[in-house]
Amino acid sequence: MANPDAVGTRGTPFRMDVERGKIREFARAVRSTNPAYLDAERPVVPPTFLTTTFFWQSGDADPWPAVELDPQRGLHAEQEYTFFGPPPRAGTRLTCQSHISEIYTKQGRRGGELTFAVMVTEFRDETGRLVARSRLTGVETARPPAEES
Amino acid sequence: MSGDGVTTPGSVPAPPAPWVVGPVTRTDFVRYQGASGDMNPIHHDEEFARAAGFPTPFSVGMWQAGLLGTYATDWLGAENVRNFRVRFLEQVWPGDTLTCHGEVLREYEQDGERRVDVRLTCSRQTGGTAVTGWATFVVPDPAGPGREATGVA
Repeated sequence: MANPDAVGTRGTPFRMDVERGKIREFARAVRSTNPAYLDAERPVVPPTFLTTTFFWQSGDADPWPAVELDPQRGLHAEQEYTFFGPPPRAGTRLTCQSHISEIYTKQGRRGGELTFAVMVTEFRDETGRLVARSRLTGVETARPPAEES
Repeated sequence: MSGDGVTTPGSVPAPPAPWVVGPVTRTDFVRYQGASGDMNPIHHDEEFARAAGFPTPFSVGMWQAGLLGTYATDWLGAENVRNFRVRFLEQVWPGDTLTCHGEVLREYEQDGERRVDVRLTCSRQTGGTAVTGWATFVVPDPAGPGREATGVA
């Protein structure tokens, strides 16, 4: 069961370097052949690239464990990326920080309560300008997901 | 298409033909996992997936979301995306064939820019929807560079 007291939990800031090779690897994994990603000297990141915070965010920088979603019943429900201008380019050093912004419940369509938790991450460039924000929504189902299908 | 769109410099290109991907494989999933850093074994480890009650490993939802990103940025430009939101509905299994497509929801002015909101869908061969998405793009300027030149600073 999720812990409602997790709202407001803030991770420590962490660094993320946006790299051309990583953009190329990611673009190819999502089957892109777009030269804007593969050939540009300083490509922008693909729309969902900032999920690669997986490689940079750990320990105190990651507030998500505070939510305590049951791993057997937890699912990724929604994901959103907002860019305040063109997406960040290769060569940008981002400073990122996450916090738990919301935890709420809803009645599921098949009965049972669903618990949603939202983690917001802000991405700032070297000048401190907010360049992107991500919003991850996780859900804890009433039953293990395997029994839903 | 609104008449408004015709009189302004930016005009939204028609959505590309639906993009068919697949049959998808475990290799697709694991390559995405390596690229993204999400190494949850449920997406590649047969025994782990069965122990959790699934018949086989299933895809990472964010892979399908990334396919929608590929479709949308080929359509409207890598530099132009300003918002991209996805909701995960059905799981995707090895052997599935996915189809990505999109439609224009509305065009408008914001912060002195021409923008377009689009709806994106990634569906399975069963007709079920794996991922549904909404995105906002700045409308590419037809007088400006195409996607070939974008990103060359």
